[in-house]
Amino acid sequence: MRLYIIKRLVLLIPLLLGITTITFTLTKALPGDPALSLVGERARPEVIENIRRELNLDRNVGAQYIGYLKLLFRGDFGRSYYTNRKVGEDLLAKFPNTLVLAVGAMLIAVPAGILLGFISAVKRGTAVDRAISSVSVIGLSLPVFWSGLLLMLLFSLKLRLLPPSGTGDVRFLVMPALTLSLPALATLTRISRTSLIDLFGMPYVRTARAKGLPEHRVRFVHVFKNALIPLVTVVGLDFGSYLNGAVLTETIFGWDGIGRFAMEGIIKRDYPVILGCIIIGTCVYVAINLLVDILYHYLDPRVRLHGGND
Amino acid sequence: MIKLIVSALLLIALASVFAPLITPYDPDEVNLDALRQPPSLGHPLGTDNKGRDILSRVLYGGRISLSVALLAALLSMGIGLLVGLLSGYAGGKVDIAVMLVVDLVLAFPSLLLAIGISVILPPGIYTVMIAIAAVGWASFARLVRGYVLSVREAPFIEAARAIGCSTGRVLFVHLLPQCIPLVIVMMGLKLGGYIITEASLGFLGLGAQPPTPSWGSMVSANRVFIVSAPWMIIFPGLAIALTSLCFNMVGDFLRDRYGTEIKG
Repeated sequence: MRLYIIKRLVLLIPLLLGITTITFTLTKALPGDPALSLVGERARPEVIENIRRELNLDRNVGAQYIGYLKLLFRGDFGRSYYTNRKVGEDLLAKFPNTLVLAVGAMLIAVPAGILLGFISAVKRGTAVDRAISSVSVIGLSLPVFWSGLLLMLLFSLKLRLLPPSGTGDVRFLVMPALTLSLPALATLTRISRTSLIDLFGMPYVRTARAKGLPEHRVRFVHVFKNALIPLVTVVGLDFGSYLNGAVLTETIFGWDGIGRFAMEGIIKRDYPVILGCIIIGTCVYVAINLLVDILYHYLDPRVRLHGGND
Repeated sequence: MIKLIVSALLLIALASVFAPLITPYDPDEVNLDALRQPPSLGHPLGTDNKGRDILSRVLYGGRISLSVALLAALLSMGIGLLVGLLSGYAGGKVDIAVMLVVDLVLAFPSLLLAIGISVILPPGIYTVMIAIAAVGWASFARLVRGYVLSVREAPFIEAARAIGCSTGRVLFVHLLPQCIPLVIVMMGLKLGGYIITEASLGFLGLGAQPPTPSWGSMVSANRVFIVSAPWMIIFPGLAIALTSLCFNMVGDFLRDRYGTEIKG
């Protein structure tokens, strides 16, 4: 197990190198001086001079790349072109908000998705199953920026139950989290339905039924518990879709997170902000994947038996 | 049911293609006498804050959304087919390396990648196509590669090799046509998502630039009028949702009928 984690951590190195190479190339590809595009045109001359020295701009590309890595490693993403604030500090301040939103969305999507998928699988072929399947296809087809606006129109502007936008307590969280959860909820319902139906056809389920266990015990203990394990992976791997959705949802609801930060960066062509958001987003995605894999190895004894081999 | 959905899809496509013939208004024509009018006989979906006819703009927007999604799907399919064929046929280390990249791309948040691409390329429909295909090729590559692996040692391939076909001929004349049905099913499954991605990028301002109408940018430009003129965002959004829904249902149908080995 420890070997496996070490192996995964080692595998992270080429991945992170790849991503920073891409962002480094982007920095170089931007028009103008790379030092300027890293710190912003409004930075003081001595700061720019410092960065230029750090980046070894007079040296070869390899040395420049190492200089760039050093800066990133210190959390120095440069300064925004517009606010002249340190991008690293802003990212740090906004990250918890995005995390709260994503966790809120997961708290809605995961139990509801698994439950709907379970009902659908148990009632396979009935009207209930068809209704759930139709609703989940619809959920998959709604653009979040539109469903979010419709929710806002209904709950805040017509019914006046919730504040339309802003960052704050749970009343502010409900709508963005709900919006963000919809596509994930639909995906999860579909996947858990399919995997549960597969499980219901397994020989061990037939055995459980044949030895006379009551149906509810077969369903909840034998099938449901076994289905949960692969679903953990699905939930984790789907985290990328939360990051996607966060850009749109945060923009609509004025939620002060990384997604909205990225969006503002795009609109203003504020390159240090955009690059910072991409790097942070990627790191989060990589970290979550690693966590999911480790969790999976702990949860499933079959995987643990030959852990480290895959 | 499926006939109904396909007809709806055809209707959307035809209405968009022939938009210049059916729409009575120029989609970009500003009409200061008809600002923010609710749906009526003259303007079935109302007008926007510049007095432009929303129906006309939705239909013209459909030309962009549909063609971008379709071209992006074809591009993804092309790259995916090529990579999948080569990777599956080559096997060994090449295959392992290619699949590593595929897995990476598959799970990477696609919007982040698109935003990254937008840093180098100017916003516009080509950027959107490239952004979608930059992520999209991976699912096609994985599917084709799996199939190629399963038939690589099949008698018809062995026979082709035995009569002296070159590797290129085996790949493109013997294997490629075999992959087409699978790839078409995959396209059906993916198109709904591509419509949404195209709209999302348009919403973020990375797609077609104003005044050219696209579904995503219409929702984004009009969202300040959500209370006073909700039709301005409801109808373009409905167009996205309905088109995506139709594609998703056709994709599900195709998968259930012809491609049960495709998960997702």
